[in-house]
Amino acid sequence: MGITARDLFLIAPELALTVGATVVVLSGLVSRQRQLTLVLALLGLAVTFAFAIALWDNVHANGAQSAFNDSLIVDKFALYIKFLVAGTAALVLIASSEYAERFRPYGSEFTGLVLFSAAGLMLLAAAADLITIYVSLELATLPVVALAAFVRTRIAPIEAGVKYLLLSAVSSAFLLYGFAFLYGASGTMQVVGGSSGAPTIAQALGEGSPDVPFGGLAIMAGAILATAGFGFKLSMVPFQMWTPDVYEGAPTPVGAFLATASKAAAFAVVLRLFYEALGGSSADWSTLFAALAAITMTIGNLVAIVQSNVKRLLGYSAIAHAGYLLIGVAAVTAHGQETQDAAGISSVLFYLAGYAAMTLAAFFAVIVLTQRSGDERIEAMAGMGKRAPLAALALAVALLGLTGIPPTVGFMGKLFLFNAAVNSGLVWLAVVGAVNSVVSAYYYVGIIRTMYLREPAGDASPVAAAFSGRLTLWITVAAILVLGFWPGGLLEVARTAASGLVS
Amino acid sequence: MALILFFAAAALTLFASFGVVATRNIVHAALFLLAALAGVAGLFVLLYAEFLALVQLLIYGGAIIIVILFALMLTRTGEYQGETETKRRPFAALAAALLFGLMTAVFVADAGQFNTNVRQPVPFGTLARDLFETWAVPFEIASLVLLVALIGAVVIGRAGREEDETLPEDDGPDDAQEPVRRGSRRRAERRRRGA
Repeated sequence: MGITARDLFLIAPELALTVGATVVVLSGLVSRQRQLTLVLALLGLAVTFAFAIALWDNVHANGAQSAFNDSLIVDKFALYIKFLVAGTAALVLIASSEYAERFRPYGSEFTGLVLFSAAGLMLLAAAADLITIYVSLELATLPVVALAAFVRTRIAPIEAGVKYLLLSAVSSAFLLYGFAFLYGASGTMQVVGGSSGAPTIAQALGEGSPDVPFGGLAIMAGAILATAGFGFKLSMVPFQMWTPDVYEGAPTPVGAFLATASKAAAFAVVLRLFYEALGGSSADWSTLFAALAAITMTIGNLVAIVQSNVKRLLGYSAIAHAGYLLIGVAAVTAHGQETQDAAGISSVLFYLAGYAAMTLAAFFAVIVLTQRSGDERIEAMAGMGKRAPLAALALAVALLGLTGIPPTVGFMGKLFLFNAAVNSGLVWLAVVGAVNSVVSAYYYVGIIRTMYLREPAGDASPVAAAFSGRLTLWITVAAILVLGFWPGGLLEVARTAASGLVS
Repeated sequence: MALILFFAAAALTLFASFGVVATRNIVHAALFLLAALAGVAGLFVLLYAEFLALVQLLIYGGAIIIVILFALMLTRTGEYQGETETKRRPFAALAAALLFGLMTAVFVADAGQFNTNVRQPVPFGTLARDLFETWAVPFEIASLVLLVALIGAVVIGRAGREEDETLPEDDGPDDAQEPVRRGSRRRAERRRRGA
């Protein structure tokens, strides 16, 4: 009992990020310099990153450790997500430094809220009991509500903020109801066991009755309600309705953060909760997630075809990709065969990183392309191949990656996901995924064709990108291609991270 | 005695909850909600959870209902009286009935699985230790959530005020602004009449 220095070390990345966020917000009282805000934020993220690396070494040597009376678990799985969230937050902040001009005089609050949300996502990945999962989720969600409504001069951002607020409140209600059932049925909040030796949900539930799905009606109700609650965060059909509206209405950098970092942490917690707490009934939830995956990607892709706004299209693309990622979740099924479990989890982790790179590149390119005109229609992208060569190239690479065309990371990621599905006996799901990829090529390539083959309608002058914008475009495009050519390194890291969850 | 109190509290909760969804006046709905929350507080007392009962009354019955009433007051609900959506009532009723069926099934079938047989008063000391020691991390995260909510509310609120003047009048076909405009016009009329 009590708090030790070890506890503080184990939570150091989140602490550093929280301190960084507070400093950034307070710095706004002294100076409204955009550069100062950015430097402070990146400093905070760098310290966070350094602590996370130190923890990775520590976990590598001593194994997973729990902190603060088993509220948090520090394993490689959590640390992988922390790296991803911190990296995404850094890129989003750099890319939005030019965009943030329109947030004046609240640039430091904007940056601070992004950092607070990132801290919440990191805690979410490391949360080891139901209560910590819930409050971390709120810490991750609430800043995004404010961020979505940050631009008050138009009605769309306000609508996006209100929608996100209401729907996340509803989803929280579902989630808490589900958690209440899980707690009622098991008598414990613990998802992951820790040093105190308190029983985990999985231990308390035991094998359960084989006749009822999930080994008991109460657990089934809990699992279904929790799936619904997380479904909102994952933009899973039928809880996806908010996604396009919020992506379109919110400032573009916020959409980028929401599509990548938020999604990564949400998938992490779903994997942890279902694998660790409800692992005994894996066959049942595998069926559930397989069905949801098929519906989600099909609906996402079909509705994306008719979209005319780039950000809205990216919203539907995010829904479709939530579907692909759910294939990996469904594949984590062969209980008792840990190599297959690890393969499913690592394919999800790999795809989360690759998806983050591709989606960030797409959103950053959209920031540059719409910077001056503010016109987000796909038609307005005509001629951008000449007007903004770098941004158009980045968007093209990102969209080819999202389609799943080699040699991008998108191809490799889908390969691993489909492979995991086939190995788990879900061949039909892999086929559905492949067919969906072909369908998605139609609208992704449509944008590329508009950019390169169509002449600009009116203004044909070059669109300049600021240094920060160019930098983030180069980084994300490089990530897409490098990870596409040499996926081995990241895959190895993802495998190690996945084994942290399995063992 | 306990049984009578239970039925009284349960009846109050049920009746008031029904009132919340049945009434068309949104202020009445808020007041019904207050009664429903008080009924739940009564149920907590019967479960030996007097601290929860207290919190229920103070925070839900007190703070939250007042916030709701304030929000209704500040958003000029007078203009919306009787405008509650009723077309979707059947769907809402169906969803509620499904959920009720699920709950009943769970409670009837798995009654033995729920570890609620231990009825044990929890002293405040134990509660404090749980809150500030065992659950220290969630507690601290919750305080961060409040901080974030404050920052967000201030930014959104202030940004709106400063930019009100610069808001272009013809900001697209904003249906969302229509009721507000209508409301302020009506208010202006009332003021003119000296009401």
